[in-house]
Amino acid sequence: MPYTDPPILSVYPSRALVDEAFKVLVENLPPGCPVTVHSLHLSEDDNYWEAYGHYISDHRGSVSVSEDVSFGGTYTGKEPMGLLWSLRPVPGSRQGLRLRKMNVCTPMLVNISVHCGHLVEAFRDQTPLASVLTERWYMAPGVKRIDIRERGMRGTLFIPPGPGPFPGLLDLWGGGGGLLEHRAALLASHGFVSLALEYLTSGEIPTARLDYNYFEKAFNIIQDHPLVTPDRVGIFGLSLGSFVTFNLAAKSTIINPRCCVCISGFHCHPYRSMGEMIQTNLNKLHVDENNYQIWRDMSLPIPSDISKKVDMGKIKCPLLLVCGHDDQSYPAVELAEDIAQMVHAAGKDHLLTKVFYHGTGHMIEPPYSPHFRATTFMAKTKPKVILLWGGQTKPHSDAQEDSWKKILAFLQHHLYSTPNPRAKM
Amino acid sequence: MDKKHCVKLSVQPSRALVDEKFIVLVQNAPPGFQMTIHSLHHSEDGHSWEAFGHYTADATGTVNVSQDHSVGGTYSGVEPMGLLWSLRPVPGSKSWLRFRKMNVETPMEVAISVYQGHQTVFVDQVQLASVVAERWYMAPGVRRIPVTESDLTATLFLPPGPGPFPGVLDLWGGAGQLVEYRSALLASHGFASLALDYLTPKITLKTGKMVKDDYFETAYKFLQQHPKVSGCRIAMMGLSYSTSITLKMAIYSEVMKLSCAVCTSGSHVQPVNGSVEDIFKMFHSNSEKARFTEEKQAIYRDLLLPIPTDPGMKLDVGRLQCPLLLIVGEDDQNWAAPEFAQDIKEMMEQAGNSHLLTLLSYPNTGHLIEPPYLPHARASRFKSVGSNEMLVVLWGGDTVAHSRAQEDAWRKTLAFLRENLYSRKNSIAPVREI
Repeated sequence: MPYTDPPILSVYPSRALVDEAFKVLVENLPPGCPVTVHSLHLSEDDNYWEAYGHYISDHRGSVSVSEDVSFGGTYTGKEPMGLLWSLRPVPGSRQGLRLRKMNVCTPMLVNISVHCGHLVEAFRDQTPLASVLTERWYMAPGVKRIDIRERGMRGTLFIPPGPGPFPGLLDLWGGGGGLLEHRAALLASHGFVSLALEYLTSGEIPTARLDYNYFEKAFNIIQDHPLVTPDRVGIFGLSLGSFVTFNLAAKSTIINPRCCVCISGFHCHPYRSMGEMIQTNLNKLHVDENNYQIWRDMSLPIPSDISKKVDMGKIKCPLLLVCGHDDQSYPAVELAEDIAQMVHAAGKDHLLTKVFYHGTGHMIEPPYSPHFRATTFMAKTKPKVILLWGGQTKPHSDAQEDSWKKILAFLQHHLYSTPNPRAKM
Repeated sequence: MDKKHCVKLSVQPSRALVDEKFIVLVQNAPPGFQMTIHSLHHSEDGHSWEAFGHYTADATGTVNVSQDHSVGGTYSGVEPMGLLWSLRPVPGSKSWLRFRKMNVETPMEVAISVYQGHQTVFVDQVQLASVVAERWYMAPGVRRIPVTESDLTATLFLPPGPGPFPGVLDLWGGAGQLVEYRSALLASHGFASLALDYLTPKITLKTGKMVKDDYFETAYKFLQQHPKVSGCRIAMMGLSYSTSITLKMAIYSEVMKLSCAVCTSGSHVQPVNGSVEDIFKMFHSNSEKARFTEEKQAIYRDLLLPIPTDPGMKLDVGRLQCPLLLIVGEDDQNWAAPEFAQDIKEMMEQAGNSHLLTLLSYPNTGHLIEPPYLPHARASRFKSVGSNEMLVVLWGGDTVAHSRAQEDAWRKTLAFLRENLYSRKNSIAPVREI
């Protein structure tokens, strides 16, 4: 049997932060050889996710995922990171899955392999020509993780390595509840002391009225930390977390965030709970062809009565709003424009930056995270509800990559570089 | 001026293989700000190692160690990896230390910090910023498998993936022990590498007898028969002592059919039919030729000189049939490796097989030519197997030149192995920049 030279597959860097790019290179193939480069990940909840691209080697027998074009697969075109952002549950998986790493102390392991020919299925049944493992970390070396259980708080604090002091961030997720650490861990890897705060129990319908004292206390905990510069603490929110952030930024007399980042936020929520919101607007709750719930119309029309909204004219610090035009759970862009009008009317345009992305849904996460167009929400309560978040994979992934760069630059500018903001106003 | 907030330090990538480069970047400093960038590592054996460079921020308040000049410290000039290769024991440490990581499953952690001004003492200084870089010997997915069958004392490192992979038999020098770090790195580059202890294996400790040639042939067969190894693509690698063994096996063994051999800082001078023990005895019988420096460091390079003319005392390199990469340091004070290399070259030219030879000879480079970006020891405490005496042995090499040689030699070693083990084509296979 003729012995063919084995191909050489490499991923550089083999260990990286989740928001860092890598280069996948295949060498020593025959020239003009069709191959499939495949990625596989086994999630913490035991589901397999995969992505793949179809390539053809050049005259030297090389394929460079960063430089070459994918002709088919879960992504096409020149996509250096397609093997990560286009990951999706393997055929036969349950519906509505979401990929989320809960244990951020260990890396996400992704198996990258190269197969002969252009395959579209049954990768696990084929022996690849070569495969390597790459590690994707949420925590940079030296970042410390500390459980916070004081003053009634439940959260996790992440501290960058070094003598400090550092600026701080309060990190708030959405109505799905639970304690999500991955973004705070990543922010600490970029030099911010970050507190991931749990304020709703996972899986339950947010029924409790939000208690703003809880958030103010959490903010104080960050400020009081010996490694934090107390007047350089900001807030980072997504979805319901953005709603909380808007309230704190506009109304709190106790805390003064230095700046805020709000993704996919809403500032109108004149209900005591999400349950009440749904009950009141049942006629506007639609489902799509898969029976996934579309909530966005329940928030329309946006009331003009200011008493039903957070008075965004009252914000005192810079605010970055990030939203997707294809958000199916909230009319995020319309809401953001309404916010902009209120800010403008108060003469505070200079505080607001809006970034909107086409083809992008509600769940705008750190880059290279797989896009999920619809996932299970509030799984513990009634018959499982699957919410449509929206977005098309390619533009949504581009938005995640671009928005993260803008978010980090915004935070770097306001929390690291600028002198006392009061001097600016 | 709130300097503390200005300085931002990063190391990219923060996790890397030991032989990969990184970029150390300081930003947001005041323009023209004088600073010291410092590295600190606590080794497994409880010692602390440090290095540092003196820099001045440019007009944008940036220092990029890969592009800017260090004007003082443990290295100077533009030295992207100076913070690693110029690491030396901190003041007050025991003398004549040698850096060697024996546990290759955990990374070497290096703290990189920035201090204000051009400092040389760091004990009571306040850092402006500090980050941690991890340097790994094993790439993700590399498997470490202890091997004890057939009385071998060895560790096999397998690359991730289905294989099969070309194999490397990896041997070290006269201090013995099972040294794994080179094999771990080789596996991270796609070679199934067997680190073999041949001086202090369990069988020798148990019987008191040194191993014979069949021990190496057993190791070769183990690799050859391993389901994840391509039996017809096996190389052998030796440094110092094990160069003698590698050359002997490559030339004379009926069992071992090597695709290529890499020999560093070694010799072909030995009794042709001699065993490992005979090579040892040969050294000891010449021990009166050892010289000592003023600081009582032992120079052993004369022990095997002059090069004998008796053909029974030199391996017949003219009979070698596989490519050979020979690496020597011209300031080797432990073995007369450059002289031996020259003799090997002449013998091969006379025999007509010198096209198989690639000779890399590095000026101002010492005996211990190891993987790059690790501290250089010009001399260190050493206890040879079979001796009760702990001496300080002079290895040679001037740190800057030696470190450059290590970087160059390692890159060329990997390219040589790739060319001979991964591809049968005559042209050099493309090599990824490391």
